Amino acid sequence: MTIVERLPETKRGIGLVGVVAVAAWFGAYALNERMWDWLLFDRVGLDSETRPASALHFFLYDTTKIALLLTGIIFVVGVLRTFITIERTRALLGGKREGVGNVMAAGLGVATPFCSCSAVPAFIGFVGAGVPIGVTLSFLIASPLVNEIAIGLLWTTFGWNIALLYVAAGLTIAIVAGWVLGRMGVERWVEPFVLKQNLLVTANAGAGVDNHMSPQLRVRIGLQEVREILGKVWPYLLIGVGLGAVIHGWVPSDFFAAHAGPDNPLGVLVAVGLGVPLYSNAAGALPLIEALADKGVPMGTLLAFMMSVVALSLPEMVLLKRVLKLPLLGAFAGVVAVGIIAVGYLFNAILT
Amino acid sequence: MNIKVLGSGCANCVRLEANVKEALAATGITDATVEKITDYAEIAAYGIMSTPGLVVNEHVLVSGRVPAADEVATLLVAAR
Repeated sequence: MTIVERLPETKRGIGLVGVVAVAAWFGAYALNERMWDWLLFDRVGLDSETRPASALHFFLYDTTKIALLLTGIIFVVGVLRTFITIERTRALLGGKREGVGNVMAAGLGVATPFCSCSAVPAFIGFVGAGVPIGVTLSFLIASPLVNEIAIGLLWTTFGWNIALLYVAAGLTIAIVAGWVLGRMGVERWVEPFVLKQNLLVTANAGAGVDNHMSPQLRVRIGLQEVREILGKVWPYLLIGVGLGAVIHGWVPSDFFAAHAGPDNPLGVLVAVGLGVPLYSNAAGALPLIEALADKGVPMGTLLAFMMSVVALSLPEMVLLKRVLKLPLLGAFAGVVAVGIIAVGYLFNAILT
Repeated sequence: MNIKVLGSGCANCVRLEANVKEALAATGITDATVEKITDYAEIAAYGIMSTPGLVVNEHVLVSGRVPAADEVATLLVAAR
């Protein structure tokens, strides 16, 4: 936290630090590859034609690149999200009927800062304020599923159109899944104490929460987010890039086109089957996905894999068990998985 | 002064409790009680939707993030 504590207090001070930081970031990003080229092939003298050297180069270059992207994305999104609170989202969603509510909830799920450790208080807070359960579930699905890190990494790796498809698919799944679950009359599978909550919810509930944050505080929160998230994902990032490097260097091109190509109907199922139980995150999955794409795995299958990794996490399911009974939890996971599978097949069909 | 830290045991609420203790030591406030609330029904009754939460004398001061010890200190002093 020493960087944060040394932040200047004046707006001009922060502005200056900001300009320098942004310039340094762009410089590092642009020079990244060339630096590793120089370091490994010129200084250390490795032969770039050999597989181990090329894999090492890729590993170092890609890790640095993604780490830089993560820092940028997390910071910017972290600061922007200080303008939105989940209490305000609740006020917006309260009393909205299903359909419209599902659409708004999905969109707000993407924009609102939300940690899955807060899944239970969020659920209770929404339902207690009169937000229909299906609408609440749309929020809880959209939030992890449409992940800003995934958007940023997909954008820089595969282009804005793939990133946009991902967002559209994620929102659609959240909206439809939440709506379907709402139609299933799932109240009987919600723990009774949630429905009995007689929350005196006013528009300012949870207020004393200071929404008039100074710019310094917003920047501080952004930096805190970077520290926290990088701190959590770096092992997965290293593993992901490591696997990606191995695939990159040692797996023959088009290997996957033969076994997992668009003609193989099981590809999407396998991808989702692997992704759901896998505990990782967007930063760890992306380098792997990039390498697989290079070797012929179709984009629909890869997006389905990405979404199943980020959408459902075992820790969140364990937490939600306190408010959702097992049948609803199962239905929740099942409907989302089916949605992801459908998206996988759809994208394979339209993208090839 | 009654301080409540709302949270169900994840790393963030543990950090907040630590920051609160640090802030109390730094500001020299001795007449404060610190309680940890982990029951979801109780947490929800305060109207907050993301943990951790910091409640002082039944007013919710911060929710959804972990304020640093110096920020907690400022809030505690203002709350007297």
